[in-house]
Amino acid sequence: MSAAPRTLFEKIWSRHVVTEGGGGMSLLYIDRLLMHDGAVHTFDRLRKAGRTIRRPEAIAATADHYVPTATGPGGGIAEPAIRGMVTEMARHTGELRIPYFGPGDARQGIVHVMGPEQGFTLPGITLVCGDSHTATHGAFGCLAFGIGASELEHVLATSCLWQRKPRAMRIRVDGVRPPGVAAKDVILAVIAAISAAGGTGHVIEYAGAAIAAMSMDERMTVCNMSIEAGARAGMVAPDATTYAYLEGRPFAPAGAGWMAARAYWETLPSDEGAVFDTEVALAAAALAPTVTWGTSPQEALPITGRVPDPGETADPARRAAIERMLAYMGLAANTPLTAIKVDRVFIGSCTNSRLEDLRSAAAVVRGRRVVVPAWVVAGSGLVKRAAEAEGLDRIFREAGFEWREPGCSMCIGMNGDTGRPGERVASTSNRNFEGRQGKGVRTHLMSPAMAAAAAVTGRLTDVRALAGEPR
Amino acid sequence: MEPFTSVSAVAVPLDAVNIDTDRVIPARFLHRPRGPEYAGLLFHDVRFDEDGRERADFIMNQPAFREARVIVAADNFGCGSSREHAVWALAAYGIRVVIAPSFGDIFFNNCFKVGVLPVVVPGETAAALRRQLHAMPGASITVDLESQTLTGPDGARIPFTVDPFRRQGLLRGEDEIALTLGHEAAIAEFERRHADEEPWLAVERHP
Repeated sequence: MSAAPRTLFEKIWSRHVVTEGGGGMSLLYIDRLLMHDGAVHTFDRLRKAGRTIRRPEAIAATADHYVPTATGPGGGIAEPAIRGMVTEMARHTGELRIPYFGPGDARQGIVHVMGPEQGFTLPGITLVCGDSHTATHGAFGCLAFGIGASELEHVLATSCLWQRKPRAMRIRVDGVRPPGVAAKDVILAVIAAISAAGGTGHVIEYAGAAIAAMSMDERMTVCNMSIEAGARAGMVAPDATTYAYLEGRPFAPAGAGWMAARAYWETLPSDEGAVFDTEVALAAAALAPTVTWGTSPQEALPITGRVPDPGETADPARRAAIERMLAYMGLAANTPLTAIKVDRVFIGSCTNSRLEDLRSAAAVVRGRRVVVPAWVVAGSGLVKRAAEAEGLDRIFREAGFEWREPGCSMCIGMNGDTGRPGERVASTSNRNFEGRQGKGVRTHLMSPAMAAAAAVTGRLTDVRALAGEPR
Repeated sequence: MEPFTSVSAVAVPLDAVNIDTDRVIPARFLHRPRGPEYAGLLFHDVRFDEDGRERADFIMNQPAFREARVIVAADNFGCGSSREHAVWALAAYGIRVVIAPSFGDIFFNNCFKVGVLPVVVPGETAAALRRQLHAMPGASITVDLESQTLTGPDGARIPFTVDPFRRQGLLRGEDEIALTLGHEAAIAEFERRHADEEPWLAVERHP
């Protein structure tokens, strides 16, 4: 007797259903929970409601949204209400005996960098966090998704969540990425192809040769932006790359536990013939370095393109949307993308702040000078240290970059790291929404290498063309 | 949570697609604990100018729509960030229902926790409702969760469906955590089996 072929998602989902609630709602067991300083009020609400935390040992916490990146780690937050978000996080996690990697701890960092780095994120598990970019962790072949404050309270109190089973979508990226095309370019192209709502109600599994060839850092970049395509979760099947990354990490199983875990994880990849509700395929060979021009991540184009012309659109709603985006972005229709000047460059965020991201940016920067203010914000203290051990900080500093402390920083600006109104930012983050990087700030999303190229030229630049230029 | 049965109130059309939760409430306000002042933070940067004065061009500032308790939006309303603060701001302002062809998944779930009803209707239905509201500023929409019907400004009755679990939760204003804790035996049983299957997940002592 052979069971029907199942997807990676189906295998994890069915193994975590505690009970059915009727009407298609399942009570899903949550193996692990990550917390950050933005969720600190949850502790107060939980206490006020008289609830206790069911499994503190299933939690790991850090501070990322509100920490300053300007000076040394810790302290230095002038605004008391903001400072309180970080100090209260330390107090609550201390009282509740939740492991907390706060300011001053080398393991402190963006929650979606810290979790994988510590081996807290493992294949096959369910993992949630009060942050939409929790999709990142699916790169390890687990079911990881963002939740709101009430759902967070629910998980803390019950270790479970009521969920409607999402549909399964597979996005295949076949073939080999051309030189100069980064994981960020792949995911921006995916979002442009299926739209910012294309993945709504779905869990996306990324597959195909171009995904299988990716490192864990690259897979995390891809899965991270699943939410920008509307999907709460993105996944990649675990394989030798996954195991090589995880083995020996602090929270990862060891010894006999590692062998048993690995044997189970090897059963997780989608079975031959498993049926997905939706299938999408892209050819890696057709991809180019990609940037966004508008205020939704779906508004992405190859760097060789031009700003869209609303006059060429027949649909009046789409025309109005383009016109609004051009007005906010301060762009004229048909402008070549490489003619767009930038005022500032940000390399960081849970999308692109890992060691390989910094290496790829440094490779472009080496021997060149920035012509606009430019920051590098490493994803964690450990990433920062590793980069410094390789001398990347020196390359960035000598080029005129600021080499800052870890945190979410200018991706969301909750710690005060924002641009000024009207400023145009080349950014490796994940959202180009109106006001995302500060009121009136205009964001262009791109890969670390492309952001580095923009920093040294002062305009959106095809990093492939820069390769031949003298340093 | 405030129970939801039915609402009959002025509805405001928001025509833009992909209205993200950063637009609903900018990130710089999120450190504030939930409270009534969230009403003033809703759509803050499109609703107010640099000096904090209402922008006349923002539809919810126009006299006919000031009492709106229902929003009729376009595709992918509430996409982006998981911030439940977006729903807190809507609720504090007085919005009880958002009608749209599609929603951001996390926003959609958050709505039910706060007592705001997200209603999914076909794109053409939402567009027709928005056209009517533009043509008759200040017109009302009635949304009845018990019968799962909404009545547009033109009097047409439009059926919608909310999954039974969430519908019951809203109608009763249910405490979902208490409901789940009622399943404690099943959860504990699951945990025993799960620990046998995946013993390597036990974290007794953190590194």
